[in-house]
Amino acid sequence: MSPTEEASPEEAGERRPTTGETVRRIVQGDLSSFRVVLGLVVIAIIFQVQEDRFLSAENLTNLMLQITTIGLISVGVVYVLLLGEIDLSVGAVSGLSAAVMAVLSVNHGWNAYLAIAAAVATGAAIGCLQGTLFSRFVVPSFVVTLAGLLAWEGALLQVLGKTGSLNINDPKITGLANIFYSDTVGWIFAAVIIGAYGAALVVGYRRRVAAGLGDTNAISQIVRFVLLAAIVIAAVAILNSNRGVPLAVMILLAFVVGMEYVAKQTTFGRHVFAVGGNAEAARRAGIRVNRVRVAVFTISGTMAAIGGVMAASRLFAVNQNSGGNELLLLAIAGPVIAGTSLFGGRGSVWTALLGALVIGSISNGMDLLSLSSAVKLMVTGGVLLLAVLVDAVARQQRQTSGRV
Amino acid sequence: MADGTPLLELEGVSKRFGPVQALDRVDFAVHAGEVIGLVGDNGAGKSTLVKAIAGIHSPDEGTIRFEGEEVRIKGPQDATELGIATVYQDLALCDNLDVVANLFLGREQVSAGPGQVSRQLDEVNMEHETADLLSNLAVTIPSLRSEVGTLSGGQRQQVAVARSLLGDPRVVLLDEPTAALGVPQTKQVLELIRRLRERDLGVVVISHNLADVFAVADRVFVLRLGRAAGEFKAEETTEEHVVGAITGLGDGGERDQHAEEGENS
Repeated sequence: MSPTEEASPEEAGERRPTTGETVRRIVQGDLSSFRVVLGLVVIAIIFQVQEDRFLSAENLTNLMLQITTIGLISVGVVYVLLLGEIDLSVGAVSGLSAAVMAVLSVNHGWNAYLAIAAAVATGAAIGCLQGTLFSRFVVPSFVVTLAGLLAWEGALLQVLGKTGSLNINDPKITGLANIFYSDTVGWIFAAVIIGAYGAALVVGYRRRVAAGLGDTNAISQIVRFVLLAAIVIAAVAILNSNRGVPLAVMILLAFVVGMEYVAKQTTFGRHVFAVGGNAEAARRAGIRVNRVRVAVFTISGTMAAIGGVMAASRLFAVNQNSGGNELLLLAIAGPVIAGTSLFGGRGSVWTALLGALVIGSISNGMDLLSLSSAVKLMVTGGVLLLAVLVDAVARQQRQTSGRV
Repeated sequence: MADGTPLLELEGVSKRFGPVQALDRVDFAVHAGEVIGLVGDNGAGKSTLVKAIAGIHSPDEGTIRFEGEEVRIKGPQDATELGIATVYQDLALCDNLDVVANLFLGREQVSAGPGQVSRQLDEVNMEHETADLLSNLAVTIPSLRSEVGTLSGGQRQQVAVARSLLGDPRVVLLDEPTAALGVPQTKQVLELIRRLRERDLGVVVISHNLADVFAVADRVFVLRLGRAAGEFKAEETTEEHVVGAITGLGDGGERDQHAEEGENS
């Protein structure tokens, strides 16, 4: 495309980003995942200096197990955030769903897979209900899900009954968070992931070239491939040197990759972004906005339930605290810290994983240093505030500099 | 131009919002390959007329004919199916999506093969078609993958107009396409409107800016207080005449009406 004589200086500048612009783009959040990775490195260095167990294979494996629940719940939260909405019920839903599973499995002797399916269905039904209330009656999602938070916590107590706690001993359920794969299987996972990513890149590149679309990104794609391969190999090597690759990590990764695909590559995902960006524009374009909203809240409830199942599996129990405490807030804080906008329309499912890693690292590191809950909460709050401020500033800058 | 069966014809269309008679028995027609400037003061009913055609507000009375056949437009979907595309003043673009995504919003192409199951987007094809369409219209945008929010007002307007063409419409309604644009950008948009006419589309341009209307329109249609207050051939009239019809103070053109009656209703 050739420049016209009417091209403004801004347009001309867009073709040749300067170093200054690249720096600004990082700050403005276009490259927000880079910003988060940088943050992770800083966090790792800080904790490693004070406590050299932090980067040990043992602790990193623990860290991965610790973030599974938050990460899974955050996957659903990302979708809600993409709409520019909020779901305050995810913590309570995860607890209630896990309790449903535990009661069916322990008290009623259900098959483990059926019990898990019932838990997931519970989460999906709750999400669908809340999404319908929110979209059909135009009640703020904040209020609908706040009501849900209270109601589902009550339901959790109700389901658990007098004992208030149920121990899970079905190995099919407890295995979800406690199975580790052998070294060989770990390397097979690594090979499959790297191979699939490489194949996807090559196929996409070939199609673009075949369609005659100029593509100068070959080098950046190779860089991305090498980076991903390095990360995967390093991760498997570290996990293998301890207990092996945990099933929980594979479950989390599968959901992150799968839901990222849905968000970025499918018609449904495109519509989620459109509704989050400009609901009125989406409506006029013929997108059934309310259907998208209900679907997104259903996803959120479903992911919360899956996170709850993993938490129960890891704890070997469901109790009155399941899904409680700061789980909800951390699950929302994670994606926001990692760059998914609270204002809708911007973000990615990767931020669920990255955010969980940031929050998990801080929490894990402070545990290693035996800091009190008081300090942990204040630090986590500070990090969240910082991340939201960066998001808000980036948004303002987009608005002031975005248009000529 | 302007002969034969009109593409789109409105007859005696009225619309009332509570006590306000927004449109009062308006007759209006658009032919293929013709640009009509729809002008009038604030509250004259320009937007209501366009919304009646676009299916946002169904008229209370009157008939709408498309290519000579009577049609009922009950919703935006009906209008789109007939081949009526509307570009609203607020453009209805998603600033967070890129040019390609905005162009194909609501009618995304799904890739063939295994991705079909998940309704995978055919990004390559969509980008290809976007590039074709924009170059046909001589619209220049730095990168089809830049977010629409980062484009200039003129570029956004051109993206919005280009998007309206994807459904292969026969009639395009443009609501204030040059409002809030600088001089060079206005020029680009007017140039684009002329290209729509060359494609044999019927184009309706709402505008406050008479200079822009005269630069591009074949006919000027004046609304005043919800009524047709004059219809002029652009080359046979002057801005003064049109202003007279708009304000109701001067010669009202071919159909001199006392629009003041409308105030009583």
